[in-house]
Amino acid sequence: MIGIATAVDVADLKETTLLNMGIFGLFVAVTMVIVLRASRNNKTAADYYAAGRSFTGSQNGTAIAGDYLSAASFLGITGAIAINGYDGFMYSIGFLVAWLVALLLVAELLRNTGKFTMADVLSFRLKQRPVRIAAAISTLAVCFFYLLAQMAGAGSLISLLLGISDWGGQALVIIVVGALMIMYVLIGGMKGTTWVQIIKAILLIAGAAVMTFWVLAIYGFNLSDLLGGAVQTSGNSNMLNPGLQYGKTETSKLDFMSLALALVLGTAALPHVLMRFYTVPTAKEARKSVVWSIGLIGLFYLFTLVLGYGAAALVGAETIKSAPGGVNSAAPLLAFHLGGPLLLGFISAVAFATILAVVAGLTITAAASFAHDIYASVISKGKADADTEVKVARRTVVVIGVMAILGGIFANGQNVAFLVALAFAVAASANLPTIVYSLFWRRFTTQGAVWSMYGGLGSAIILIAFSPVVSGLKTSMIPGANFAFFPLSNPGIVSIPLAFLLGWLGTVLDKKREDSAKQAEMEVRSLTGVGAEKAVDH
Amino acid sequence: MGNDAHTPDAAASVDFEQVQSTERFQELRKRHRSFVFPMAVAFLLWYFAYVLLADYAVEFMSTKVWGNINVGLILGLLQFISTFAITGWYVSYSNRKLDPIAAEIRNEIEGHEFDKDGNILSGVTK
Repeated sequence: MIGIATAVDVADLKETTLLNMGIFGLFVAVTMVIVLRASRNNKTAADYYAAGRSFTGSQNGTAIAGDYLSAASFLGITGAIAINGYDGFMYSIGFLVAWLVALLLVAELLRNTGKFTMADVLSFRLKQRPVRIAAAISTLAVCFFYLLAQMAGAGSLISLLLGISDWGGQALVIIVVGALMIMYVLIGGMKGTTWVQIIKAILLIAGAAVMTFWVLAIYGFNLSDLLGGAVQTSGNSNMLNPGLQYGKTETSKLDFMSLALALVLGTAALPHVLMRFYTVPTAKEARKSVVWSIGLIGLFYLFTLVLGYGAAALVGAETIKSAPGGVNSAAPLLAFHLGGPLLLGFISAVAFATILAVVAGLTITAAASFAHDIYASVISKGKADADTEVKVARRTVVVIGVMAILGGIFANGQNVAFLVALAFAVAASANLPTIVYSLFWRRFTTQGAVWSMYGGLGSAIILIAFSPVVSGLKTSMIPGANFAFFPLSNPGIVSIPLAFLLGWLGTVLDKKREDSAKQAEMEVRSLTGVGAEKAVDH
Repeated sequence: MGNDAHTPDAAASVDFEQVQSTERFQELRKRHRSFVFPMAVAFLLWYFAYVLLADYAVEFMSTKVWGNINVGLILGLLQFISTFAITGWYVSYSNRKLDPIAAEIRNEIEGHEFDKDGNILSGVTK
């Protein structure tokens, strides 16, 4: 049956809407119950933010995989490969290799030095106020971009399930779905979220494994035949070669480099991933979590290769592009082609849980960062009690959630993996230089940190605002306007080196020296784990 | 405990500069850096070599090796393999070379703390 590409009829989808939604709703209800049960134990700030530091390395590793394998990985990469072939595979590779930066340079040292948030580490031996504020602002910015991508993904998915293809209807879907997710976070806290991540990671990887097996079985477990099928359906022999999307001009080639740089350096600077290292009791468990998550994530990205080319061969790029949800609908359409409404319902539910869990992780990180770093440490100067801090965190959840919903409405229709890559670029520019310098460079000063963080954050955001992503093209967020002067769609290649440069420059030009005792303390703590917070007993 | 503008000062009375200058700590630091730095440089070079090939050597990457499987796909899959290999290598290195010496230093410092004021280090003291 090689090469038989029966296109999925989107009209079939509408007939099974009720069934799709039924299976989907059941799953959402089950996860809600789990969150409610888990949240009974949320008593202290350590519980709400760091789940009482009570998770084991393998549990946490699965949760990290759950956090990391967002809609971008499942919907975004599958869609990117299905439409752009080999260039889409670049996301899989960049997203995975990036974990080595986290494993080798960041995870354990960070676990040993901090408590709740990224700012704890960055401000350890520098001046508290300016560094903490800068770190909190960049955390909020990264979370916003990441959230916006997830909201757009949720919009695509539900629109496909309900068969809604007009802009207003999809916007309404994003608002309802976004509101639902925010409620979920308000109730659950970190512990509930961690359990959802774990369950969802297992279901997502299992679902992707079943689909991968199924697709391979259709092609007699011959990868070469599957690739051949993708070429045949698309009628484009370049599906298997690099350059289909990014090889057109010199500018687009540079854009590819920029994307590659942002992907590989972004992961170790994502605040919501960094915060996960605090949910384990020791650095050794932090290392175990990373190893575990590298295994799971790597496995999953191998599946995306088969799923992406499978969707290209069995569903076809044209059908995917014209379906509600566009490029992001490749994976659900493939599920529908393989197993009808039952598999579609299951896969969509898993994808939705994926988005829900990632949104929860992100909003908690953003809220913790605002409440812990700006409110508790700066505004109330350390006088706020834990209850007030958690209350402020919950209000922050609502504010950031509303902003992400609005952003998601405008970003609707863009590839989710592409949008997440923007969050990676912002994270790599704003956070990574300061993380690396403060862990490894003795001379590093407050001025260096502040210059690097604001310089990296500011340049990344400004370049995105004036890039073709926002205006100037038919596919832009604001298609009518044109104020784009930066030609690349990912700012990483400019903003990341700039942030490293500013960190160095700010330090060497700083006349003030930092406290060498604090530097010694940070170095000893980070390498040995002396005095690191242990698990909270209940 | 929600208002920790400063890190827990459970080990505040420890003279970290003194610990930092000990030979054993310097050895730990050296072992850590002499592994992670060269390894980080190596995998980043390998990753960017791959990206540059995909970007600017399309002909080469499109060379068919076996059936529809081309050089690009093989190099891409090798990125997966090298990532898994480096992860395994680092874990075994840490278990053998870093963890024992780190535990030794930690026990020494924390033991010293116990003698002095009888507090458990993991607790927050203020």
